[in-house]
Amino acid sequence: MLQLDCREMVCPAPIIELARHVRDVAVGDLIAVVASDAAARVDVPAWCRMTGHEYVGEDLAGDEVPRYVVRRVE
Amino acid sequence: MSSTTTSEGSPEPGRRVYLDSASGEALHPAARRALEAALDTAYADPRRLHHAGRAARLVLDNARAATAEALGVRPDEVTFASSGTDAVQRGLLGLLGPGRGSGGEGPLVVHSAVEHSAVLHAAEWSGATTRSVGVDPAGRLRLDDLPPGAAGLAGATVVACQSANHEVGTIQPVESVAERLDGVPLFVDACASAGRLPLPQGWSALAASAHKWGGPAGVGVLVVRRGTRWHDPFPPDERAGERESGFENVPAVLAAAAALQAVVAERAAENARTNALVTRIRRVVGGLPDIDVVGDPVERLPHVVTFSCLYVDGEALVSELDRLGFEVASGSACTSSTLEPSHVLAAMGALTHGNVRVSVGRGTTDDDVTRFLEALPGAVERLRARI
Repeated sequence: MLQLDCREMVCPAPIIELARHVRDVAVGDLIAVVASDAAARVDVPAWCRMTGHEYVGEDLAGDEVPRYVVRRVE
Repeated sequence: MSSTTTSEGSPEPGRRVYLDSASGEALHPAARRALEAALDTAYADPRRLHHAGRAARLVLDNARAATAEALGVRPDEVTFASSGTDAVQRGLLGLLGPGRGSGGEGPLVVHSAVEHSAVLHAAEWSGATTRSVGVDPAGRLRLDDLPPGAAGLAGATVVACQSANHEVGTIQPVESVAERLDGVPLFVDACASAGRLPLPQGWSALAASAHKWGGPAGVGVLVVRRGTRWHDPFPPDERAGERESGFENVPAVLAAAAALQAVVAERAAENARTNALVTRIRRVVGGLPDIDVVGDPVERLPHVVTFSCLYVDGEALVSELDRLGFEVASGSACTSSTLEPSHVLAAMGALTHGNVRVSVGRGTTDDDVTRFLEALPGAVERLRARI
């Protein structure tokens, strides 16, 4: 799973990073955004809905910062 | 509406287009006439017994009667407050009252997840326990999550449900909520819709705000139904009525009432006109790449449309549109001090960044909307190109 470190970023930067790198993983593989910005919790699933990717869910990175996991669909 | 100030970089210098009537509508001509007339005659304290006081009282009572008629309520149910927020606080907290908790437990406020922050802050400030009821992707309160009985409203002291959402325009099922109440009082924040739409039924207290319908700012309307148990939540003021607080701005109150009467009289035609403008914006913007138009497409305020643009900072988009001469609002707060996304958009699961709210008003023309729709794609593309 590719993991993007967006800890210091504010919206919409984590989503921009996600869009830039989603094609770095194969279709069906996972990509994760680690983001402390509260908007990412809403915006990662919303981005998935708008772009057709699958939102897998949220867990925590090693340092307890939220991590949002996405499966590349197209 | 348009003014003649110039703006460098605007595609058509010389015209600014105000598209934020949901934040504040320009003063209605009827309000201006009433205000000018009352400024010279209604300055005295309306509770005084002398001639000037009685003259002010007459103006105030006339304004109350006109407001009540326009809203479809009784004059003795109407109190003028100092703002929509003041009316919200008095309405909600007054229903909560002292010792109104049930079953020996503390009071409980059940509210939709998309209430205006004034409602949420008032509920929190009261010290009551709060329970938020979620909304669907269109922003409409989920009635399935509000069953009668123990899981829903039993134990609630007050239920708060807005008439329509201030950010996305979706109309709430207030009367369906009212049917589930079983005696629990309902508070309705009607600030977003009052004047433009008839009030729903079934509530105990309701708040509205004059500057949203073309009255002056600084006039709120609190309506408390007859027979409702309402307790002043704030220190008392020895005015004529128990719900009154402070010396009313009588000329402004009269202006607010005059604007309300005019807006109600004009609304069939005006709502059809603004609704057509909004429908057109929704259709065109919905066809642009990576933009999500949010809120209910049909069951909505006639004059409000909200959309979110991927990969764009909403406040940057507001500034870029302002540079081009278009004045819009944003529910995004990427660079604001709070750093918290809009609780309305978050509750809907809508994209919280790149958000813009466009609200058309009495002065908005077809040409204004045409030029906005011409300018928007370039503004979004320029901001996306900077990333």
